[in-house]
Amino acid sequence: MLLIACPYCGPRAEIEFAYGGEAHIARPGPGVTEEEWAAFLYLRDNTKGVLAERWRHSHGCGRFFNALRDTRTDRILTTYEMGTPRPDIKEGEAA
Amino acid sequence: MQKFSAFSLARQALGRHLGWQPQWRSVAPKPSYDIIIVGGGGHGLGAAYYLAKQHGLRNIAVVERGWLAGGNTARNTTIIRSNYLFEQSSSYYEHALKLWEGLSDELNYNVMFSQRGCLMIAHNVHDVQVFKRHVYANRLNGIDNEWLTPEQVKAFCPPLNISPNIRYPVLGGALQRRAGTARHDAVAWGYARAASDLGVDIIENCEVTGIDRDASGRVTGVQTTRGPIRAGKVGVSAAGHSSVVMAMAGIRLPLQVNPLQALVSEPVKPAFPCVVMSNTIHAYISQSDKGEMVIGAGTDSYVSYTQRGGLHIPAHTLEAICELVPDFRRLRMLRSWGGITDNTPDRSPITAKTSVPGLYVNCGWGTGGFKATPGAANLFAWTIARDEPHPINAPFTIERFREGTLIDEAAAAAVAH
Repeated sequence: MLLIACPYCGPRAEIEFAYGGEAHIARPGPGVTEEEWAAFLYLRDNTKGVLAERWRHSHGCGRFFNALRDTRTDRILTTYEMGTPRPDIKEGEAA
Repeated sequence: MQKFSAFSLARQALGRHLGWQPQWRSVAPKPSYDIIIVGGGGHGLGAAYYLAKQHGLRNIAVVERGWLAGGNTARNTTIIRSNYLFEQSSSYYEHALKLWEGLSDELNYNVMFSQRGCLMIAHNVHDVQVFKRHVYANRLNGIDNEWLTPEQVKAFCPPLNISPNIRYPVLGGALQRRAGTARHDAVAWGYARAASDLGVDIIENCEVTGIDRDASGRVTGVQTTRGPIRAGKVGVSAAGHSSVVMAMAGIRLPLQVNPLQALVSEPVKPAFPCVVMSNTIHAYISQSDKGEMVIGAGTDSYVSYTQRGGLHIPAHTLEAICELVPDFRRLRMLRSWGGITDNTPDRSPITAKTSVPGLYVNCGWGTGGFKATPGAANLFAWTIARDEPHPINAPFTIERFREGTLIDEAAAAAVAH
């Protein structure tokens, strides 16, 4: 089970959280092509390596936040608040 | 190829079993092939076999990053069934089930296919309605599936607890009698042996690191850890690593990988006569011929390539199983493991041409690819050989996500399966 550091509540067990999938996917504006809309809805990088992803502390504060996690080891490098840019952390570096 | 029979077994026994030959040739990659299949699991090896057998092609290689069938082919719970809701899906899985029924004879290899029946248990009103809908839809499509009352469920599978007082009571079940299990390794080995005999080169420990294309964008070969190999066509059947391999050709896929865990108990005498599935409590049980209870758990929620997951996922399944099958409470679990499942948003697979000429993909089988092995292999071979899909796999494109023509088995079952 992952130990996830909620930016608001601190480290908590994974079962308190709901997964939100890949982060930083912006909804495209009106007038997009079918390709752009399908890409927004369905296409994912599915990264093998450091992935930026969303979590929601659903059984805690209820808030969404982002995490950087290495999908080859499941080690969480850092967590950060929604709306802030992706931190520049490479694999192997601690937060 | 040495033919397996009672006679050959007796003859080898007289020679103290010293006369058996390797079942497939161990080869170094040639500089060039007509077709390269990326991924040496059941789907990839089977595709190579059908390309050689049914389409008369000979200059084929299967390249595999690790050893044969060490990924999801080795990690699944071997359930085979075809009772999917939508016509497109049930046609595809039924095509596979029909091939399963003749596979041991076709390959001269005992894949231990056992049609012991698959019972899908309903625990609430929603389950009952959904499963009855499946039963009727399947029967309209000519696929066997029948509804059992709790008493009939108990008669078919006596270890089940049908008390109305448990947390997840048994309100009935959908039974597909032609469904069952098979020996997962034997399927891959049987295809490898038969393909190798037809001249297919099977190259292990050969990881694809790049896909080469010419100025027009057409595939010309692959880069591997054992050097570059030229190829006229490349078929990617890489399961959990499909996104990684296809990204080498600039293609993004509608896939997300999740760990899926399974576990087996210590071996016991025959105690469980069929396959029992419960989508509601994420429990999938059957007994292997070795005697182990083979148990599938639910998926972990997050993207991961680690082939392991959290203990709370199998614990949830085991708690439910202990209530559903009280006899299992004192069973000790022997091993647990995880696999990387490549899930599409509609939980239906992709077996299709791609936007890159000469590049084909078979992926998105998610948590249910084993049952489809012969069917997917057969139709992937067809798609590669003819450069067009067979009518059965024609709906299973990448483009369906742009067109909105989803085959929404996810919504049909309300669970990944």
